[in-house]
Amino acid sequence: MKALVWHGTTDIRCESVPDPAIEQDRDAIIKVTSCAICGSDLHLFDHFMPGMKSGDIMGHETMGEVVEVGAAARNALKVGDRVVIPFTIICGECEQCRRGNFSVCERTNRNKDVADKVFGHATAGLFGYTHLTGGYPGGQAEYLRVPFADTTHIKVPDGIPDEKVLFLSDIFPTGWQAAVQCDIQPTDTVAIWGCGPVGQMTIRSAVLLGAKKVVAIDRLPERLSMAKAGGAITINFEEDSVVERLNELTHGKGPEKCIDAVGLEAHATGSIDSMYDRAKQSMMLETDRPHVLREMMYVCPAGVLSIPGVYGGLLDKLPIGAMMNKGLTIRTGQTHVNRWTDDLLKRIIENQIDPSFVITHTESLENGPEMYKTFRDKQDGCIKVVLKPQGNGAYHA
Amino acid sequence: MRGQSRSGPDLMARTLGYFSIALGVAELVAPKAICNAIGLRGLDTMVRAYGAREVATGLAILGSHNAEPWIWARVAGDMADMATVATGLKQDNDKRNGNVLALSALAAVAALDVVCATALNAEKGSRKTALADYSRRSGFPGGLQAAFGAARDFQVPEDMKTPKPLRPLDGGRYDASRAG
Repeated sequence: MKALVWHGTTDIRCESVPDPAIEQDRDAIIKVTSCAICGSDLHLFDHFMPGMKSGDIMGHETMGEVVEVGAAARNALKVGDRVVIPFTIICGECEQCRRGNFSVCERTNRNKDVADKVFGHATAGLFGYTHLTGGYPGGQAEYLRVPFADTTHIKVPDGIPDEKVLFLSDIFPTGWQAAVQCDIQPTDTVAIWGCGPVGQMTIRSAVLLGAKKVVAIDRLPERLSMAKAGGAITINFEEDSVVERLNELTHGKGPEKCIDAVGLEAHATGSIDSMYDRAKQSMMLETDRPHVLREMMYVCPAGVLSIPGVYGGLLDKLPIGAMMNKGLTIRTGQTHVNRWTDDLLKRIIENQIDPSFVITHTESLENGPEMYKTFRDKQDGCIKVVLKPQGNGAYHA
Repeated sequence: MRGQSRSGPDLMARTLGYFSIALGVAELVAPKAICNAIGLRGLDTMVRAYGAREVATGLAILGSHNAEPWIWARVAGDMADMATVATGLKQDNDKRNGNVLALSALAAVAALDVVCATALNAEKGSRKTALADYSRRSGFPGGLQAAFGAARDFQVPEDMKTPKPLRPLDGGRYDASRAG
């Protein structure tokens, strides 16, 4: 089959690899009808995340049709079922899964020993996301082996286009969890840093959950226009001071809830701390650039910081004094996808939201490697790329 | 190149980046030998400085998302190199042949640098940077007004709720629960 394969920093190729096969009783194989490039895939593309090996198959936003089912998964799945595959692989039986903390499933990370050493305790197995999370082949491919398939799936009804449900795999529940864990009150101003795909989903989630005001921060006009369309007041951080504008919008009080939808590759803004981070990162003295975290800790009063943005390692100069003295609450983590998807699927079916608004490019799998670059460099108005491994033609917004 | 994230110009830039580092290291380690080979005297320190420049430029090419400005920096460096080597084009230079050879090699590399930088620039243009307008993409089929608060019925899980002392003093569902 064809798949997008990682070979090194900025080196992804579409090439032929062996077809996946059932390896365990709980496995299933799906024929991928749609998959997407996630912002966190870019951290792998640029090799900011450790644990990749040449030959790894990329991708963790995938959906398709079940074509083969292992003996122990037949109670939950059958050939022909249409499924979205959550990026977190879950056993459904361990203590964390039973609590709903699916992203820290205790059983599915098959490289637990290595992950324990890096993070203290292993997180769940993830598709196509380094050997620290199990080294599972990803879903930017024609076929995908789904381990623990009886629990690692979201069944979707026929008749809804892939584009409306594909993002149940990651960015929609990620944006939703980012907003939910803020416990948004009708009096809250919610500030969201980053208007990429997760930021866009977070804006819509905060609007649906009834925030008084949603403020979105980015620098790219096309992303800001999409944020505004979703109900956000926008701040272009290259034109305005984020801190001053947030204070103006909240009568000097600061936003009660702050969400970091940027993560470890914060764009250098010309501020001193950004230049400092760039210099330290280039000398391998820190792995992550925490400009957004610093700004959130500074502007937030006694509120909640929600961090769906991906961080990978070590960072520096966090204003821990501001965090402690203001009593900030921090909620973060990879998304517990299946905790939210039944509810979110219902909201899609009821037309409360249509997540396909975020798609700007639809391409064949063969064009995937080039789209990594287009997405990373934010060219051609690119916000979200969907790939069609079975070949359904190209479409640009 | 279709099916690969690294285009032809990208690969060329990376090759030039590695070449830059290799040449730079040679200039840093053996400036005297290089000067002797092309008949230049008393320029060891300058050649060593050029070596440091080559290494820095090479690292920048390999580490940058946008190699084009660094390739143009190499072109400027090529000009400086050629100007320096050309000072040895005197009739009394017993290494004149080596000098001419070095100048020819530098000119060839400079040409490659220009080709690479131009190709990187053209590629950027072909991927377009035109401003896209997404101002109609609300994502709410029922409209924005209907969407505000449409999911207020959602029950936030206990582990994600704000502690009571941090909730708003008036208005909203949590005041109601406090009264209850």
